[in-house]
Amino acid sequence: MSSETTPWREYFGSRENQSHAAQLGMWIFLGSEVLLFTNLFVGYAVYRYYYPEVFIEASHHLATGWATVQTLLLVTSSLCVALAVHFIRSGRAFWMGVALLVAMGLGLGFLVIKGWEYWKHWTEGALPGEYYRLAELPDRGGSLFFTLYFLLTGLHALHMLAGLSVLGWLVWGALVGRYTAEYHVPVEVGGLYWHLVDVFWLFIYPLLYLVE
Amino acid sequence: MNPSTAGSLAEPTYLNHETTVRSWLLTRDHKRIGVMFLVLVISALLLGGVFAMLLRIELLTPGPTIMGPMTYNRVFTLHGVTMVWLFMIPAIPSAFGNFVLPLMLGAKEVAFPRLNLASVYIYAAGAALTVFGMVWSGADTGWTFYTPYSTTSPTAVTPILLGVFIIGFSTIITGLNFITTTHTLRAPGMHWSRIPLFVWAIYGTSVIQVVATPVLAMVLVLVALERVAGVGIFDPTRGGDPVLFQHMFWFYSHPAVYIMVLPAMGVITEVVCAFSRKNIFGYRMIAASTFGIAFVGFFSWGHHMFVSGQSTFGSGIFGVLSMLVAIFTAIKIFNWVATMYGGAIDLKVPLLYVLGFIFLLTFGGMTGVAVATTSLDVHWHDTYFIVAHFHYIMVGSVLMAFLAALHYWWPKMFGRLFPERWASVAACTIIFGFIVTFLPQFLLGNMGMPRRYYQYPSEMQWLNVLSTAGASLLAFGFGLIGLYLVWSLRYGKVSPANPWGSRGYEWFSASPPGPHNFREPPRFEREVHDYTVSEAPHVF
Repeated sequence: MSSETTPWREYFGSRENQSHAAQLGMWIFLGSEVLLFTNLFVGYAVYRYYYPEVFIEASHHLATGWATVQTLLLVTSSLCVALAVHFIRSGRAFWMGVALLVAMGLGLGFLVIKGWEYWKHWTEGALPGEYYRLAELPDRGGSLFFTLYFLLTGLHALHMLAGLSVLGWLVWGALVGRYTAEYHVPVEVGGLYWHLVDVFWLFIYPLLYLVE
Repeated sequence: MNPSTAGSLAEPTYLNHETTVRSWLLTRDHKRIGVMFLVLVISALLLGGVFAMLLRIELLTPGPTIMGPMTYNRVFTLHGVTMVWLFMIPAIPSAFGNFVLPLMLGAKEVAFPRLNLASVYIYAAGAALTVFGMVWSGADTGWTFYTPYSTTSPTAVTPILLGVFIIGFSTIITGLNFITTTHTLRAPGMHWSRIPLFVWAIYGTSVIQVVATPVLAMVLVLVALERVAGVGIFDPTRGGDPVLFQHMFWFYSHPAVYIMVLPAMGVITEVVCAFSRKNIFGYRMIAASTFGIAFVGFFSWGHHMFVSGQSTFGSGIFGVLSMLVAIFTAIKIFNWVATMYGGAIDLKVPLLYVLGFIFLLTFGGMTGVAVATTSLDVHWHDTYFIVAHFHYIMVGSVLMAFLAALHYWWPKMFGRLFPERWASVAACTIIFGFIVTFLPQFLLGNMGMPRRYYQYPSEMQWLNVLSTAGASLLAFGFGLIGLYLVWSLRYGKVSPANPWGSRGYEWFSASPPGPHNFREPPRFEREVHDYTVSEAPHVF
């Protein structure tokens, strides 16, 4: 890292072209991420069709109020990331760092709530597969709902952890003065990733918590 | 011949400008990465080939020959896993795509060289985990890991699932890199209608890789979770649906056939042009049919499930959609033949493989239309007819194109020529051996011999003996190729920069290319494979 006097690679021909490549690469990656989650959405659709009553009943065991708070936290964090990109485009690296730190704080808040929710499910026995112990709901369907719940929210949480690392790396870059009004591609690309994590949640939240 | 001195060129090449082990292991040079992939996929081919020979020896007699039934189940699974996941999917894109694609575009590098290096290590890690699973206790599920058996099998399915899952990341990264490279690193003059058709093929393949592979990744994780935590997504005793696995698996794995075949078609297009000394007939249609195949490939997975209880209407639709692939494939085949027609044919070794390819693809494709017909498929389902069909279409095309590419680009990669006569003998042996191996299997399938079975009635023996004899010819052919290629690395004649007189853009660079491909970006001022202009190929 430290040996890089300039972050630009000569073989791209121009800075614009390198920036274009980075953005295109990230968009393609995001496209493949969408397909990764799609399997679970399809699984959710299939098993909701098989066990409609159980799924509705099971969703009542989730903390909808807290999920709404999580949604607000995440959407606000996405706003902060968008602000960070705006700040660095106009050369304000300090404010970019601040906006990203706030976004990270909100993201961490989201994960803390998620952890608390998981703890509640653990004590209740609302767990996937052979760990399922929820007496009020039938095994068939009930265990599948919580399997899909943990898979969807767990995969989302893993993506959030990855996203937090990316944001942390960007904050560190801001601290060492790597980003300027001319060079901010990593901020934009990292921001795109965080927005994707946000968008996934905007599908997961209504499917698991709101749909009756 | 004094190869050691003759090989020392004045200009440093990508092979000799740095020679330490570290310089190879940490390289970001797409050419070295291509060579590393080549070594890895050839090792996989060798491993899968050994398993194949063991299977064919076992099937030499109707009863037990050299192994017990459980060992047999493991061996056919490992043969499939190795050949499909470790060899056929990465072979052409990762090895030759990495080496040639940037050269064809006039680029110095791929867009993300560090990711490219990571893709080698991810592939190697996945392959290592898979091989670990094989050594530990193998798996007996078949390469398709069908549930619910794969969720309960006591064999080492989990590490193999995870190994394949890891290899998937390598595939995605490679595809992502190639798409971005094609968009952003084209040299001056390389507009979209001039892009070599091999690049178009790799581009189309990359789209499938990026879109389909995550679906496979997730379904493999679900099976692994089912084994580890009993989550019950696919297990009917826990309320799950095993047919859902088939939908998800084939949503990836049917397009995966085109991940294997499309790059092969790209290779064939290049070789046909070079050895017919004509530009391709129907450039636009060939490029468009690549995307036609890629697109339709996503809507034909249901033809794997004609007997799974899906509705007759659904099966009919999937049957018709599957047959559409044949139309796009036929466009390519007719265009290759039209290119050769009236061309100045130079029947060198790569073109021999092209002829083998065209025969196998046509035959395999026509039987594909037959098995896409629901009524016929019910008769042939899970028989050796299917085994023969997919070996003709997948293995036949990938192997022929892989060998065509290996011989066509060998001088470009290593700066040495191989002995033409030995290579011709090997090519004829391989093509003939392939036909003798798999043609009898169509007949066996039609007679009703089920696939994956350890024993068979004695009246089927002569066809099985014929098939094993063909496999032995194949093994001999591969042995021969291995010998003369390794020999040529050291003792082969030093190749001129463009030994075939090809007008493919990749020959604009030196053979072997310098560490940065070109001293200055080449200008592409003519169509690729334009043999009407008399010009010596540029060497930058």
